Amino acid sequence: MFKLPLILKLFRRTAGINRKRMVMTVAAIAWGTLSIVLLLSFGEGLKRNLTKGSRGLGEGIIVIWPGATAKVFAGFPQGRNLRFVPEDIQLLEANIPEIALSSAEMRRWGNTVTYGRITLTKPVVGVEPSYGELRNQLPQSGGRFLNLRDEELKRRVVFLGNDLKDELFGDKDAIGETIYINKTPFMVVGIMVKKIQMGTYGGPDANNAVVPLSTFRALFGRRYVSDLVVRASAPELNEAVKKRLYDVLGGKYRFDPTDERALSMWDTVESQKITANISIGIELFLGVIGGLTLLIGGIGVANIMYAVVKHRTKEIGVQMALGAKRAYVIGPLVVESLSLTALGGVIGISVGVGLVKVLAFVQSKADSEALEFMGAPTFSFAVAFTTVVLLGAIGFLAGYFPSRRAVSIQPAVALRYE
Amino acid sequence: MNLFAGRNRSRIQPVMAPPPIIDMSGLRKVYDTGAIEVEALMGIDLKVEREEFLAIVGPSGSGKSTLLNIVGCLDTPTAGSYRLDGEEVAELDVDELADIRNRKVGFVFQSFNLLPQITAYENVELPLLFKGTGGAERKARVEHLFEQVGLADRMKHRPTELSGGQMQRVAIARALACEPALVLADEPTGNLDTTSGKDIMSLFEDLAARGHTMVLITHDNAIASRTRRLVRIQDGRIVEDRPTTAVA
Repeated sequence: MFKLPLILKLFRRTAGINRKRMVMTVAAIAWGTLSIVLLLSFGEGLKRNLTKGSRGLGEGIIVIWPGATAKVFAGFPQGRNLRFVPEDIQLLEANIPEIALSSAEMRRWGNTVTYGRITLTKPVVGVEPSYGELRNQLPQSGGRFLNLRDEELKRRVVFLGNDLKDELFGDKDAIGETIYINKTPFMVVGIMVKKIQMGTYGGPDANNAVVPLSTFRALFGRRYVSDLVVRASAPELNEAVKKRLYDVLGGKYRFDPTDERALSMWDTVESQKITANISIGIELFLGVIGGLTLLIGGIGVANIMYAVVKHRTKEIGVQMALGAKRAYVIGPLVVESLSLTALGGVIGISVGVGLVKVLAFVQSKADSEALEFMGAPTFSFAVAFTTVVLLGAIGFLAGYFPSRRAVSIQPAVALRYE
Repeated sequence: MNLFAGRNRSRIQPVMAPPPIIDMSGLRKVYDTGAIEVEALMGIDLKVEREEFLAIVGPSGSGKSTLLNIVGCLDTPTAGSYRLDGEEVAELDVDELADIRNRKVGFVFQSFNLLPQITAYENVELPLLFKGTGGAERKARVEHLFEQVGLADRMKHRPTELSGGQMQRVAIARALACEPALVLADEPTGNLDTTSGKDIMSLFEDLAARGHTMVLITHDNAIASRTRRLVRIQDGRIVEDRPTTAVA
């Protein structure tokens, strides 16, 4: 028995008192909406940046460094330093089918890197072709990452981090140019796409010169790797893979598979979870602040609706005497409260979206690391949805409670009210 | 087809007879003001049959307003039974009472109580909207009502643009909108000048003549004398209940 057209008609017939107060209240709702839109948009931007940053190192990868044994095992004493060789990658791939992609990595600091008159001291990394995908080192258009032929033929080719390229070449095109690493000529085949990288080991990737592992070994005569990088076929398999790594490497290097100190590992799935939790925390915090601001506007609406109910007590009494059921009294008041809230919400969201666009533009132009790290404020669907749900709830409650009071009055009493 | 209709007529008739419009027995109303309890009605027994035209009179504080509220289902009795057109109303909830008022009672108030921000037409339309009467039927009904009270040319006016007598006519049209079993008028001429008051009383007599059941609440003996039955109430009790002597 809930007739919407009638309720709307009654609303139309009784709306329109307290104009000044209504304007103030709509402004309060608009202000609250604006705050929540801005705060949530900043939160969203920061979250996206954090997520992107946590992926900068590589998605779902495990980096394995050799450690030192801490347990006596098979006649070996504890405290034995372990060292891995590039062939361990084949051993792991053969024994751990969950591993989808893997690469050995060698790293050397203090190399001279020369182009023309510029000579810099930079780290050089020797890796296998899959490393580019594992570690999110993607080539800018016009270039490529190292490939299998480079590896097989020990080509002297180099993939440059974008910062290193800028230092050496400035704005000049670098692909196909020759640079010297420790006085050996290398051809530049690719430049890394700029990325946000929050976790590093051995410095940011943007600063590195990456060469094929085989070339690296020939050039520097290295036998042992710095670390191994693997990725499971699915992130959920990481825990199982980590356990298997102890078994397989323990089998080869004769250490106790329960000896945690024998390997040190960085599991980015784990750190991404932590990042995700932190950003949820930040968003929640910002959302609560915005929500509270909006709530103040909601209290304004409720206040108006109480005034409206008081003002119309006699009219409500007349309507009840004529046979208006509770829904017909509550309905128009809730509709009125919702429309006030909706009006404020539309204004707040419009201004908010405009401001977010302006701020995002400013952020993209500003040359500040702090701003860059914070990320561009983003008005996402989630932000819009949260705002609208909050507005709706506040509007409904701000109309419902005053109207509950209205229908709780005895019609006989309401009729006598002046 | 009822084959026994003729034979059982004498036995069936009392059962089949339409119930009284108002049937109150032992009705009491106590107001609990917190500190003290005020007994406004102390056992009212009242029967009003179909097509009666009666006045309830009494000084202020006699309990006649309380009685009016209960008769109109605006308030519920503390004890006793009240059947309105055969329906027991003492036990009904808020929405059921609203429905009863909508279908069975038409109110005419001393201060008219028209909603000021809508037109006379819309005021009369309101009870039909609450009842859920469809658009075309509603329109026809409202227009017919305006003709009945002689205000067909004032339908689109707002209450503030009407005289007191006209406002009361609109209120009467509104009271009749849902064809109520009972028209309940509370001092209907109290806010009117003598001429308008007389007009309104003629309209009431006219309605009574056409078979509407009407109860007037008044403290004015001249008004009361124009009805057909007089019920006098004092200190929460009925002290007099007699046919009105016809006044020429």
